[in-house]
Amino acid sequence: MTAGPWKLESQRSYFGRALVDLGRRNPNVVVVGADTTESLKSIDFGKAFPDRFFQLGIAEPNMISVAAGLAAAGKIPFATTYSVFGSAHTYNVIRQNVAYTNLNVKIFCSHAGLTVGPDGATHQINEDIGLMRGIPRMTVLVPADGPETARAVTAAAGMKGPVYCRFSRTNVPTVTSDQDGFAIGKAHTLRDGSDVTLIGCGLMVARCLEAAQTLERERISARVINLSTVKPLDLATIDRAARETGRIVTAEEHTVVHGIGAAVAAAIAVNHPVPIAMVGVQDVFGESGEAEELLRKYGLTVEKIVDAVHDLVKRGDRRT
Amino acid sequence: MVEVTEELIAALKRKAVTLRKHIVRMTHNVQSGHPGGSMSACDIVTALYFHILRVDPKNPTWPDRDRFVLSKGHACPVWYAALAERGFFPVEELMTFRKLNSRLQGHPELGTTPGVENAAGAEGQGLSFSVGLALASRMDHKAWRTYCVLGDGEQDVGQTWEAAMAASKYGLDNLTAFIDRNGIQQEGRTEDIMPLEPLRNKWEAFNWHVLNIDGHDFRQILAAIEEAHRTRGRPTVIIARTVKGKGVSFMENKIKYHGAATSDDELKLALAELEEMEASM
Ligand SMILES: Cc1ncc(C[n+]2csc(CCOP(=O)(O)OP(=O)(O)O)c2C)c(N)n1
Ligand SMILES: [Mg+2]
Repeated sequence: MTAGPWKLESQRSYFGRALVDLGRRNPNVVVVGADTTESLKSIDFGKAFPDRFFQLGIAEPNMISVAAGLAAAGKIPFATTYSVFGSAHTYNVIRQNVAYTNLNVKIFCSHAGLTVGPDGATHQINEDIGLMRGIPRMTVLVPADGPETARAVTAAAGMKGPVYCRFSRTNVPTVTSDQDGFAIGKAHTLRDGSDVTLIGCGLMVARCLEAAQTLERERISARVINLSTVKPLDLATIDRAARETGRIVTAEEHTVVHGIGAAVAAAIAVNHPVPIAMVGVQDVFGESGEAEELLRKYGLTVEKIVDAVHDLVKRGDRRT
Repeated sequence: MVEVTEELIAALKRKAVTLRKHIVRMTHNVQSGHPGGSMSACDIVTALYFHILRVDPKNPTWPDRDRFVLSKGHACPVWYAALAERGFFPVEELMTFRKLNSRLQGHPELGTTPGVENAAGAEGQGLSFSVGLALASRMDHKAWRTYCVLGDGEQDVGQTWEAAMAASKYGLDNLTAFIDRNGIQQEGRTEDIMPLEPLRNKWEAFNWHVLNIDGHDFRQILAAIEEAHRTRGRPTVIIARTVKGKGVSFMENKIKYHGAATSDDELKLALAELEEMEASM
């Protein structure tokens, strides 16, 4: 992982600590797991609060429905596993038992996207954001780094209703700070700019910031937005970016078919169409490899973001 | 538990006939829905709602209420009929079933229908949901219990067995499951579509306390529930032998009435039979 000027940290470690902190503050919080709790660090909660932790084995549909039952009786369950199992593998259970019921279930998953690495395509889900944002009543969070993952835990517990949150197995650059604040439904502008807006989520936020630095040397002023809430989408912030900068590039570790690029494109097409380019996975499966190698091979790099901006600038059809 | 008197049994039988009349009328009225599995589960649901469950129709979300979960959601006509007769909403509302803007959706929706405790429609999720409820009740040292009704076709679903394992892992003796063993699923007999027998041994192998009963005999239903209440350290499953379409002769044991409403003529016949049964009581 290229770190830029930032420290590389584990989102899972932040997640595990945040769960324990939350458990201390709120006795209604419970955790369910599916034989991946050490990996997720949700086991830390189990050690701190054994009576509020349920190891349910490799039975993810059951885990999701059990969480729903716990929520129906007033608990705040966090269901934790890998993203592929906590989304695609359990999709209709989430749809019927969590979202349709509007229950207070928080599905928090690591191992999102290509950077799962050597495990290969079966474990690299690049479709979960699209799946989850398509479900009515679902809130979808993609924290950019460790500290933001911790903030997402607190915020998710503080709101009523279902939440899906995905983060990475690999260590990611810490780009946010407590001063940035965090609110579900709010896109965070990390850097102002006037020629183009880079909208990223997850580990691609750091790459957007690096791309903005590169562009600055070329006298292209790039705004950077951390889209840590994918749903509900912060339409006001996106609309303002479209109007004020006239061009948008999105960057995500997810398929461009129905990820944040598609969400942003749909929003600006309706409100204020401007040229847009999407950096992301191009409707293909991943493969085995190290995280950084995969990001390079599949085009999720700073260079690709910069290239996309150059292309938009060359087209010259900026619209503010 | 109060003594099971002749009066109680007679009252439950009468109530079950009333529910069956609602089921036939509701599905006929909208010319859709699932009468067969509603009628096979009718006596179990009647026993629960009119003798066992501690629920308050005036306060449907009373935190200490017993929970009834209908895993085989397509059988919701019997649930809606029981809830209406129990006073959760007006009986007249039953005729809005499956109609636009109704609180009585084609499959149960949580939060819309007073008294409905889960969403179901995709089979196989209800027992897991019940496990979550039962865990929460125990965690809070509460006395309320969870009752879940499953179909026998629903035994095909893998998640049912995931839930079975979890319930026995946690020794959920505050959870009672019923299997409506009517021998029929959507497209045929269970033993042709996906053989289930020996079903009892399967549940025993999953460490459940298993009871086999006649699901249309109120004394057996009540006795089995009582035994479930007495059982410590294990969940109980009551495999209730039933007849799909029970109560209307030409609907009984007919695969067709899994998901088909009666015609106008059939409705008259069905109601005549049920009324005759009522009169003979
Ligand atoms: C997961 C799933 N697959 C398919 C269906 C379609 N379906 C509805 S009811 C049914 C058969 C149900 O049989 P059973 O559980 O025995 O119900 P009962 O006989 O009590 O009506 C099927 C296949 C469904 N509802 N859910
Ligand atoms: Mg059946």
